[in-house]
Amino acid sequence: MPDYKQFKLPDIGEGLTEADIVKWTVQPGDTVTVNQNLIEIETAKAVVELPSPWAGVVHELLVSEGETVDVGRPIITIDVDPGGSAPAGSVSPGAGVEAPNAHMPNGDVPKADANGRQAVLVGYGPRAEGGARRRRRSPAAEPAAQDRVPDDRVPDDRVPEPTVNSAFQVPPRGADLDEPASQHRVLAKPPVRKLAKNLGVDLTTVAPSGPEGAITREDVQAAAEDSSSTGSVRRGSSSPPRVKSVRAGGRETRVPVRGVRKHTAAAMVSSAFTAPHVTEFMSVDVTATMQLRDRVAARPEFRGVRVSPLVFVARALILAARRTPEINATWDDAAGEIVLKHYVNLGIAAATDRGLIVPNVKDADQLSLLDLAHAINDLAQTARAGRTAPADLTGGTITITNVGVFGVDTGTPILNPGETGILAFGAVRRMPWVVTDGDTERIEPRSVTQLAVSFDHRVVDGQQGSHFLADVGGLLADPGLALL
Amino acid sequence: MTEHVRAVQPEPDMVQLLTPEGERVERADYPLDITDEQIGQLYRDLVLVRRIDSEAVALQRQGELGLWASLLGQEAAQVGAGRALRSHDMCFPTYREHGVAWCRQVDPLTLLGLFRGTSVGGFDPYTHNFNMYTVIIGAQTLHAAGYAMGVVRDGAVGTGDPDRDTAVLAFFGDGASSQGDVNESFVWAAAENLPIVYVCQNNQWAISAPVATQSRVPLYQRSAGFGFPGLRIDGNDVLASLAVTRRALDDARSGQGPTLIEAFTYRMGPHTSSDDPTRYRLGSDVETWKLRDPIARVRAYLSRSAGFDAEFFAAIDEESEQLAVHVRAGCRALPDPSPESLFDHVFVELPEDLRRQRAEFADFVASVAS
Repeated sequence: MPDYKQFKLPDIGEGLTEADIVKWTVQPGDTVTVNQNLIEIETAKAVVELPSPWAGVVHELLVSEGETVDVGRPIITIDVDPGGSAPAGSVSPGAGVEAPNAHMPNGDVPKADANGRQAVLVGYGPRAEGGARRRRRSPAAEPAAQDRVPDDRVPDDRVPEPTVNSAFQVPPRGADLDEPASQHRVLAKPPVRKLAKNLGVDLTTVAPSGPEGAITREDVQAAAEDSSSTGSVRRGSSSPPRVKSVRAGGRETRVPVRGVRKHTAAAMVSSAFTAPHVTEFMSVDVTATMQLRDRVAARPEFRGVRVSPLVFVARALILAARRTPEINATWDDAAGEIVLKHYVNLGIAAATDRGLIVPNVKDADQLSLLDLAHAINDLAQTARAGRTAPADLTGGTITITNVGVFGVDTGTPILNPGETGILAFGAVRRMPWVVTDGDTERIEPRSVTQLAVSFDHRVVDGQQGSHFLADVGGLLADPGLALL
Repeated sequence: MTEHVRAVQPEPDMVQLLTPEGERVERADYPLDITDEQIGQLYRDLVLVRRIDSEAVALQRQGELGLWASLLGQEAAQVGAGRALRSHDMCFPTYREHGVAWCRQVDPLTLLGLFRGTSVGGFDPYTHNFNMYTVIIGAQTLHAAGYAMGVVRDGAVGTGDPDRDTAVLAFFGDGASSQGDVNESFVWAAAENLPIVYVCQNNQWAISAPVATQSRVPLYQRSAGFGFPGLRIDGNDVLASLAVTRRALDDARSGQGPTLIEAFTYRMGPHTSSDDPTRYRLGSDVETWKLRDPIARVRAYLSRSAGFDAEFFAAIDEESEQLAVHVRAGCRALPDPSPESLFDHVFVELPEDLRRQRAEFADFVASVAS
């Protein structure tokens, strides 16, 4: 009679959370020996073969080639006792490999058990917290994301004091476990959890004030005082503060998060925690561009249109993006593809009374300098008047944020979601600058600005990002290069 | 990118006593008094050490170890040096000296505990006169220098009493040769004429950095600048490793100071299980080094020139499979440490404040567990 064991995808690279299945080297029905190669997988670090922990007969392959599989998910069932006497159909925990409660239906991600424990392989297995940061989990996957626990591989009878493990568990969550709000993980250090337990405070109902949404000792104490004085506790981290009106005269003002602020917050969180940002900076002598601007503005056809330095930055960006097309692209996570755009819908971040919006100039790469100047002016005026059409807010491919208008030098811009590059244009200042003339050097007052470009490192490497920034800077330092 | 500037060096002399084809080479400067039976024992060491290593690699891929640093290709350098030691000599390994550990009778499971995370690396170094694995690159060479200073101050050098005179064997790699620690250790060893033998296993790759990017000269020549002798051996030749290390240890014990041995070898596998060498080196290099395999040449010698039969080799293969079963089953059965054990082994006598912390921690664990 068969005795089935399941081999779970191990973390073979010190903290990996997933791997791609490249190739199976065995098929159901094959007889395998200990350490015979079963499968080739590719992780972020290496392509490796996984050897079989057991001898037996392959019963079932649980994942298919090309699939991306979370660490801890069973990938193969092996009958380690074909023709043996174990009861049919039972799946026994594999020695040292399976977690208690390990049998899972095909295709399921590992579920937390009743205590909220998740099967974690060697030591530092997938941390729900870290994993969620690297890869957005769908809400449906949230219940699987639980606290990191000590090594669970050892069958219970070998754990000297099984209850010790629960020292690191989330305290019981009470009756509101099913409420969507409480599906978010509670972040709190163990001593804070202990304090909450002693004070009888349910941590899922405490609003966090610590870094990264952690509940602090003070939060717990405040919650305990609240509940003792009013009999109610504050709501949890996931619900927005429920404030009916702005209270005047207090030490704090609570502002409901709505509209553009709410949209901006969601977009920035999504972008910052989805796209790995890299920001690079460059100081540029833009004296030549400023002189060019003066000459252009004096031309009759430019009468009546504001020729700001921003227009030249936009032109430089468009030209530079031709040489580095990756900067004008989209990471399509669902398709697993990078979409290079052969057009530039240039977003211009605009501060309005309602908040930050980023309308874009469609096909900006097709426009002459004059048309571009008109388009940017129109965009800004429409935005400030609050009349920007929804169509102007979608479909952007790359963005400029003109932080210089606020008199600041530079910043580390966050990408507009779905885009790969954003350029921050700082204030143009008269600055001392070393000018080289043949063999002599001298310091001259020049018009100098700071450029900063943030890019999505999934799409663009430092080399391309640097080329792009250097190209933009080079064109602004010497606009004549645009003729080349 | 500028081309790395390199001085042109002639191929350095390399002590080799057994060719890759299995032919013995006699050298007057490194005579080796050894019987064929003893060479057979070295063969057994090499095979068993490789089997421990390959089993650990498999266990890591099965999720039983968090990490493993394979010694594949370096068995001869390690076994030769390890077997040159006397029991009262002290040895300071890196984290890859599984072959030396074997020669010092350290149970492989003791090593696996560190890589499984059930131990923070601890065993009593004096049990085997084999220090704990040192993960900090090159740090163990300073520990070795300090230990050797103690040996000198104990008067355990140059007495002529073989049971008293003590040498220290320090291991490091080509990457560590660029570390300040290693160079400081050289300075101390030379300045105080310490009884240290340095064995640098030049496996030619510091993770992904080839040795040529770190040194313009062969690494053994580094010692000349510090004022003590250095030489290169064929690191895949267990007899050369044994003969040269033995003589260097004798020199050290008799008060003639330190020696640097560069064992010229090749890391056949990845730096560790987290590394993918195909991303930075050519498969053809690996193929070249396969022809210099440290085990195949000993087997060729034993079967062709020493009359060892198939039965001998089959018995060792069988023994290696038994050892693999011991390693595999023992690894899975390594007990998890208790939370309080992190307070152990820091002090001989736990100070009062740590004692209090331990009690509080135990209370805390008990309170949240209930």
